[in-house]
Amino acid sequence: MTRFVLGRIGFYTLIAVLLAFFTIPLLWLVTAPFTSDPTYKVSVPDFTLDNFRAIAEHPYALPSLWNSVLLSAGTALLVVILAALAAYALSRVRLPGRDALLYTLLLLSSIITGTAAMVPLFQLAVQLNLIDSQLGLILILTGGLLPAAIFMMKDFMDATPKSYEESARVFGATPLQIVRHVVVPLVRPGLATIGVWAVANVWGNFLMPYLLLSDVEKQPAAVITYTLYTEGGQANLSMLSTFGLLYSIPVVLMYLFVSKKYGFRFHGGIKR
Amino acid sequence: MAQATSPPEVVRESGQARRYNSDAAGLGRLRAGAFAAPALLLIAVFLVFPALWVLYLGLTNYRLTGIAAAEPQFVGLDNLISAVSDPTFWSSTWLTVQFVLGSAVIGQVGLGFAIAWLLRDRQGPLKRLVEGLVILAWILPSAIVSFLWVALLDRDGGTLNALLSTPQFAPLLDHPMLSIIVFNTWRGTAFSMMLYGAALGNVPPSHLESARLAGASGWQQLRDVVFPHIRGHILTNLLLISLWTFNDFTPFLLTAGGPDGQSEVLAVHVYKVALQGGELGYGAAVSTIILLINLVVAVFYLRLLRSKK
Repeated sequence: MTRFVLGRIGFYTLIAVLLAFFTIPLLWLVTAPFTSDPTYKVSVPDFTLDNFRAIAEHPYALPSLWNSVLLSAGTALLVVILAALAAYALSRVRLPGRDALLYTLLLLSSIITGTAAMVPLFQLAVQLNLIDSQLGLILILTGGLLPAAIFMMKDFMDATPKSYEESARVFGATPLQIVRHVVVPLVRPGLATIGVWAVANVWGNFLMPYLLLSDVEKQPAAVITYTLYTEGGQANLSMLSTFGLLYSIPVVLMYLFVSKKYGFRFHGGIKR
Repeated sequence: MAQATSPPEVVRESGQARRYNSDAAGLGRLRAGAFAAPALLLIAVFLVFPALWVLYLGLTNYRLTGIAAAEPQFVGLDNLISAVSDPTFWSSTWLTVQFVLGSAVIGQVGLGFAIAWLLRDRQGPLKRLVEGLVILAWILPSAIVSFLWVALLDRDGGTLNALLSTPQFAPLLDHPMLSIIVFNTWRGTAFSMMLYGAALGNVPPSHLESARLAGASGWQQLRDVVFPHIRGHILTNLLLISLWTFNDFTPFLLTAGGPDGQSEVLAVHVYKVALQGGELGYGAAVSTIILLINLVVAVFYLRLLRSKK
């Protein structure tokens, strides 16, 4: 009995510590936007909306959020469609050197999306006339995310039962129809996971848009945050925190929506 | 033994059917290739090609400005040799190893598994609250979370100092590596937590039950029942987050590699020499070395994954 009580106490202490560790850094983001003259310290807000008014008057702040939506939705859509098709093909048909190919691409993607490839990607974008083009940026971001997406997607595809596809084939469905009407509904949680993962990735990506979009009207929120940070040498805390909150809300909403609709978790995914 | 319950595999056609055993939709190699082609094309143009270009640039003295910018010369392995004889490169490598071991292997995997294990049999609001907060730290944009941590750890007005009543304590200056390790643990635990949550769901409850009946302690259940079941998940998870952490640039947003290079992990080091210093060729050579280290790490994990399988 004492053992049980001690266990309970230990459990709730651990949970309390965990909650504190994950909550405390976030507090500033929900208090500072509503404080008239915020400092670094978390303080009880006086619930002013002046900061939001200032952000609404900023010429590039709100449009940049829309640019972020365009970039992340475009990339996520492309990543999900292309990764699903490729992962299905790689899951069902044994192409020579398939696993080696997947692991090589995964390895490349983890390094090349970082700082290492900045120079070649910039030169490539100049050559292909993709500088200052949101479509070009979407293609580049998609290329970087695809290997990991295919890798994750393939696990979901491997786990689906093949008998449905066989029946569909018996009834004369073409492979594309089978993917569209049989496989996609089965792996929907996987598609949702990959889509959310892609959106979150692009939504937060600073380096690539900073490098490839010089037109301030096309820049996404990540780049605008950075300019708020450095403008005039001193960080403008009220603008920064307010914009940060606005910039964070869409991903939070997306997470809530997806977790309610599909259940945001790996359904035994990512095995091998 | 188990075969009795599952129907025997029906072999319909010879040869061909056995080769495309899993190809239930009748895709065939040609159409499979067509399905994969758009993805592979984008990957080839925007991933493989830049990677090869990095390898080539590493062999030149290409610079951002000056004569070498217009007409880069081929210098062979000079860049690689000067990189491996440069002590700052080695200190960056060592810091990166600390960063990966501390924040990915110990921090994210340890904490992620611990949370998944603690909450494994629970339902309801407490579980959703903990998971939601952990995932929140993961999905918020890095420009925002890094600034949140700057505000938290600030020396003069930071919330941490106010909470601990330790005025003038400056973690980012006095313990830069510890700061970015704790930050990255906070930032990335969600991925491991979700993966282990799913993996633990696959461990048959009956096995745990028999272990409990046989008198196994909590640790023994973990070691003898749970770990063997989720071994593949652990290794895949380690592989992915090690690579992600290895190439993570976010520490730059917290400490900018400082003070005095004390938190200059390799990704930051490349940025500093290539873009701030303008030595693109040398930076590309360091990137090549990073690629090789990643390859070694990946092969190591894949070996482990394949053994005893």
